Amino acid sequence: MVVYCDTNTKQIWDWLDTIPDPEIPVISIVDLGVVRDVDIERGAVKVTITPTYSGCPAMGVIAMDIDTELAKHGIKNLELKTQISPAWTTDWLSEKGRSRLERYGIAPPQAAGGPSRCPRCRSEKVEKISQFGSTACKAQWRCKECLEPFDYFKCI
Amino acid sequence: MLDTVNPLFEFLLRQGDNTLILGHRTSEWCGVGPALEEDIALANTALDLIGQTQLWLDYAAEVEGKGRSTNDLAFLRDAYAFRNILMLEVPNEDFGRTLMRQFLFDAFQVPWLTLLQDSTDQRVSDIAVKSLKEALYHLERSRGTVISLGDGTEESNRRMQQALSFLWPYSGEVFCDDEIDYAMAKVKVAPLPSEIRSIWLETVEGAFNLAYLIKPEGDFAHSGGRAGVRHTEHLGHMLATMQVLQRSYPGAKW
Repeated sequence: MVVYCDTNTKQIWDWLDTIPDPEIPVISIVDLGVVRDVDIERGAVKVTITPTYSGCPAMGVIAMDIDTELAKHGIKNLELKTQISPAWTTDWLSEKGRSRLERYGIAPPQAAGGPSRCPRCRSEKVEKISQFGSTACKAQWRCKECLEPFDYFKCI
Repeated sequence: MLDTVNPLFEFLLRQGDNTLILGHRTSEWCGVGPALEEDIALANTALDLIGQTQLWLDYAAEVEGKGRSTNDLAFLRDAYAFRNILMLEVPNEDFGRTLMRQFLFDAFQVPWLTLLQDSTDQRVSDIAVKSLKEALYHLERSRGTVISLGDGTEESNRRMQQALSFLWPYSGEVFCDDEIDYAMAKVKVAPLPSEIRSIWLETVEGAFNLAYLIKPEGDFAHSGGRAGVRHTEHLGHMLATMQVLQRSYPGAKW
């Protein structure tokens, strides 16, 4: 059993930050903004998560991964809570998450409603193929310069 | 009617059953969409709708308080216990009709959820805020696709007009206020659905004009789905597919 002081949620956050998103493994569930709160109360660790999209099929896996990861560090007394309010927004994506997405080939969300540039060749000449993509949170775009299709993280 | 039912429970079933039935119908396209991108879009739309269903029916199950779970409500009720509007249960027919229906529904759902955000019931408000983000995205696509197909080839225009003519008499049911709606409006849980008909009309007429589609005459509305007094013969067939697993293997989980 590790020793942690009652107020040290920072350590818990760091552990959670090592858990990859099941569908976009280059970013962590903390980068994605899915983890909303960590609290320690009388020895029980309380983690609050929120779904990106209401039907996101990854939520079950995320809950299981949190359980597994924290158990590795000796935390057996875990309370996992799911909340939908405030509703998840792409504004909660961390800066680290945004740059990792782009390096991986997924254009990060932009308030303008479309990618600012191709994540591969950086050209700004891009066009939409479809409003939806391989997961609930992505759309399909194409670069008119290098002709490569790419994923765009929808801005909501 | 109000003596025997809990109006909030009925209200929640109407919301959740609309998204569940349309979600299942939409999911029938999975793997057989007309193009890969459309197949993915349809599957994603279905997923959002089923996700919203879970939020509504979770709450409905709690409000009912009879020990039925969310899954029990979805998979163990028979046709007449469903409270969805009839338009959402009729078969998909073709891609055009599927998208026309989605558009007619989205054009209602966006102003409806917008107003539900101000519900005096915090949980209803939370679900509306979450669902609205997805509904707005759906409307953008369904409206765009209806316009592209209407203003497409002679064949696509003909089929969209056919779809509209078929669906039009089903599109009004959602605006027919009844005792449940009055009860919800009285406690400010929800506005009266009839109040948003003009906004809806403006949205759909605007799109029909751009799509070279003619709005059918008449305000007749097939109804009975929301009240659960009448469903089309199609709902039972759909439920047979949707519920078979839970019916054959009660309580099955994976």
